[in-house]
Amino acid sequence: MSLKLPFVPPKPPPLDKLKKDITQHEAWKSIFRHGYQDNQRNRALQIVDNVFLHLHPVRVTRHATNYAYTWGMGGITFLLFIVLTITGIILMFYYRPTEAFAFQDMKALMNDVSFGPIIRNMHRWAAHAMVITVMLHMFRVFLTGSYKPPRQFNWGVGVILLLLTFLLSFTGYLLPWDQLAIWAVTVGTNMARAVPLAGHEGPFSNYLGLRNDNDVRFILLGGTMVGEPTLLRFYVGHCIFLPFIAATLMAVHFWRVRKDGGISGPVIDTKASAGAKYIAEKMAEKRLSQIKGVSTNGNGKAAPAKAPAVPKPAPAPKPAAAPAAGAPSAPAPGTTGKPAPPWLKK
Amino acid sequence: MSEGLQNFWLIVSKPDNVPIVLMIFLISFYCWLAYKQARRNDRYGIEEAKQADKVQVWPYLVKVEFLVTIIVMIILTVWSITINAPLEEPANPTLTPNPSKAPWYFLGLQEMLVYFDPWIAGVMLPTFIIIGLILVPYLDINPKGNGYYTFKDRPFAISIYSIGFLILWVALIVLGTFMRGPGWYFFWPWEFWDTHRVVALTNVDLFEKLFNVPTKNVDGSFNLIQVLLGGVLIIGYLVVLPMWVWKKYKDRSLILKAMGVWKYATTAALFLMMAGLPIKMFLRLAFNIKYVWVFGFGHDLFFDI
Repeated sequence: MSLKLPFVPPKPPPLDKLKKDITQHEAWKSIFRHGYQDNQRNRALQIVDNVFLHLHPVRVTRHATNYAYTWGMGGITFLLFIVLTITGIILMFYYRPTEAFAFQDMKALMNDVSFGPIIRNMHRWAAHAMVITVMLHMFRVFLTGSYKPPRQFNWGVGVILLLLTFLLSFTGYLLPWDQLAIWAVTVGTNMARAVPLAGHEGPFSNYLGLRNDNDVRFILLGGTMVGEPTLLRFYVGHCIFLPFIAATLMAVHFWRVRKDGGISGPVIDTKASAGAKYIAEKMAEKRLSQIKGVSTNGNGKAAPAKAPAVPKPAPAPKPAAAPAAGAPSAPAPGTTGKPAPPWLKK
Repeated sequence: MSEGLQNFWLIVSKPDNVPIVLMIFLISFYCWLAYKQARRNDRYGIEEAKQADKVQVWPYLVKVEFLVTIIVMIILTVWSITINAPLEEPANPTLTPNPSKAPWYFLGLQEMLVYFDPWIAGVMLPTFIIIGLILVPYLDINPKGNGYYTFKDRPFAISIYSIGFLILWVALIVLGTFMRGPGWYFFWPWEFWDTHRVVALTNVDLFEKLFNVPTKNVDGSFNLIQVLLGGVLIIGYLVVLPMWVWKKYKDRSLILKAMGVWKYATTAALFLMMAGLPIKMFLRLAFNIKYVWVFGFGHDLFFDI
């Protein structure tokens, strides 16, 4: 004998209503403006509607996501800069840049302050790591020829950022005010003695009447040796002056990466700014014709029927048109011979 | 373990030297990675179709960044928990440590002080490194090799940068950190850093060694023959040599023709100054040559190269 139960409609899970109440609420919607459904529109909005993520374009070439190509070193450098900013601000709460207190504050930080050691260690190791990653980033950019047109200027900005990274690390080196700090900085700043025309031990110093209390090293140190004025100078330089310049140049650097067509690759991105495209095409055309010994006026344009001198900003959604070398059976990589891409043949 | 190796281990494991060890491993790995891709591209070319292929940043790029962020933060956190940043004795301006060393990333420059006077090693060369680097995109007129790893398409540029970065920068940092002991004397890893080491080294100037021409006369004035010989050598190296190459090859080499005289002259000057470092290092280490050219005006103004 079977018992007949009355039909009970399935209850929605209890959290569903709550979730709906929250995500449909005006406050929520004012903050998060697009839905969660995984579709192209939401993915695009996720980038465009977010102040931090909109550093990125909505779409990039597939190879820009390839870690083996970029090594991620530029991104890691920026991440370390953020870590350094955060830990640095925390450290500033516990540190006074004076002869009487600097070393004592370091001792207190390492012994008395909650989480003091880990904050300080992270600041120091991130700083050293940043020096390494910035050098590796530069190495990668050189090896891939990414400084070539249209990215010449951004390479120069990068070189200044490299210099600023060294200076930031160097000024920070003095702040613990221990033996390691003052002697490393003494050795480093001693170089300023030898600056031609500006240091008191450099060439022409005697003709200009330079002494150890009126030369460029004196300006740098605020004295004739590393002392309290030096500590203050390096502190302000380290915490305000240099990070301010570095952050400004970073903004220029990142902006230029976008304007120059994103991560470098053999193809100029269609999203590159008109100026960047112009420079890339004109410079490469000019240089190629110069090297080939062909006159610059126009003849560079004759070639593209077979193989464009510069990979033209080909319409992106037509990848099939890419091997324009005329071979209908485009040989796959690894087959006989060397199917060099068109821009290598010239 | 011998006393020397123990001493070496102490130096390598100093907290501030850990990043150098990390750097050596990272650079080795990425050199291998770059070499692998360059060889592949040089053999098989690049797949352009794949390059034109576009993907959405969310999630395809953001997920890589997210993963890298997590890995870096884990490494950094573990590193910060396990190794304390150094904090030595309080600053004491009257007590100079021996050896006194700059921060590790400047030790390549400090090592250069062995071979050149401070105004060259500490001021001019670093300045030319920065200026030269900024000028690279304008001097390198090779249109090939933009946006992919290669060696074949730009052998000169890749070789010069690799030598400059890996040997003249990184290797000198390693040398300056791990093998320069008290008095900035050279110590092998198995040698103990003896503070009282005295090395009987008599460095002599080039032309004294070669032709027995003294740098200075008995009365302290410059020996004119030395000044002339040195001047001929240095100016010949920096000016006449590149001019001769230009005259001889400008009509034969399309690259020189394409560069034009100014780009060529700048490149040659930067290249020869860079090459001057290993040349001087060789002269010093092999033949104890102190200066190649000593000259000056009066007693106060010296240019010792």
